[in-house]
Amino acid sequence: MRSDVAAYELSAPTNLQTVLKQLAAEPGRHALIAGGTELMVALNTGRLESKELLSIQHLRELRFIRTEADAIHIGAGTTFSDIRRNEAIAAELPLMIRAASWTGSIANQNRGTIGGNICNASPAADTPPVLLAYEASVTMVSLRGERTIPYSQFHLGYKRTVLQPDEIVYSVSVPRSYGEWKQYIRKVGTRNAQAISKAAIAAVANVQANRIEEIRIGAASLADRPLRCASAEAALRGRSLEERALEDTIRAGRAALAREAKPIDDIRSTAMYRRAVAENLLEEFLRQLCS
Amino acid sequence: MKSTVAMTVNGEARKVEVPPMKRLLDVLREDFHLTGAKEGCGEGECGACAVLVDGELVNSCLVPILQANGTRICTIEGVSTEGRLHPIQQCFLGEGGAQCGICTPGMILATHHLLEKHPNPTLEQIQEGLAGNLCRCTGYMRIFEAVQKAVEAQHAI
Repeated sequence: MRSDVAAYELSAPTNLQTVLKQLAAEPGRHALIAGGTELMVALNTGRLESKELLSIQHLRELRFIRTEADAIHIGAGTTFSDIRRNEAIAAELPLMIRAASWTGSIANQNRGTIGGNICNASPAADTPPVLLAYEASVTMVSLRGERTIPYSQFHLGYKRTVLQPDEIVYSVSVPRSYGEWKQYIRKVGTRNAQAISKAAIAAVANVQANRIEEIRIGAASLADRPLRCASAEAALRGRSLEERALEDTIRAGRAALAREAKPIDDIRSTAMYRRAVAENLLEEFLRQLCS
Repeated sequence: MKSTVAMTVNGEARKVEVPPMKRLLDVLREDFHLTGAKEGCGEGECGACAVLVDGELVNSCLVPILQANGTRICTIEGVSTEGRLHPIQQCFLGEGGAQCGICTPGMILATHHLLEKHPNPTLEQIQEGLAGNLCRCTGYMRIFEAVQKAVEAQHAI
């Protein structure tokens, strides 16, 4: 059932400082709404619990992409279309572009923001595996100050994050060190466009002389939160990709991933299928590393 | 609680006093009687309610009206001029890209947006540009053909 819109209050503070003051004055009272691609769906289906909302969609302070020497900083209010149009991201962080292009339709990419996406904290979201593989960090602000943490520590569980009621995500920062790395992303869903993933893997690897020096793997829909596949990474680090060792390397990666993946059965897929697909995706990446 | 919201709709300055969370779609249809934008899914999946806000394609069922304050909005009613169909509309008509018509306003605006961004789209870009607009009649082929015709028409001008 649709909600009665008259029961909701929405205001649009003129700047970030005012938003932070309102959040600090009454932590937990207001929900933030950016592009609305999640909250408006909740409203339309009668599931939007917060009755008082603050719009941050218009805040230019949150909508930026800054390329600095060591990282690309993406403001929380940056839309997926903004990301897709950014040349520095396209050149250096191609997995970001791919994930952004999978995040709903063009109309939704024009509205949905990267900050909203990670705060919505769906384990199936498209961008989080990329942020995990790239070892991104998240900066949050409140009147108390600013803090930056590795993105891998941002999610606490299903739809739960470390964000405090008086805080707002300010930006996501992605290191610019992947020029020489092999990069991989693949999502498996019901159809190509607009599907929510059954399973997805994003990964980057630094390969020297047919040996995996470093590998980082992020996954969607394999756990109650976006999953950094630390066990698979540990199992693969230092492994050879030489022909005689490759099958052992793949077996080790698959086994470790199978152990750390905790997928569920739901309307989109089954746990068994998700685990098998994820292992296959990892294997596909490892085989690509040899070529 | 009501908010006063001002915007430009199809070139005309408009003002409404409505609850700030009222959907742009409902303001267009109920307050402005612009019923071209349709409600399909109400979840941002089908594109039947698509309009242009400051030139960007958006699903109007997902926009609280307060977020439209100060914007320029173009609906299907604003696409034709002086009673003459826009070339994109003409191509949908000519190629049989419209059947029941529910998805057509969104399709036309999505095409408009696509051709703004990609004046010479590949078939893949056309498919991606319209992936957020669902049609249950035509099977899409005629729609894609209409868009390709619109690309040619655009260059003929």
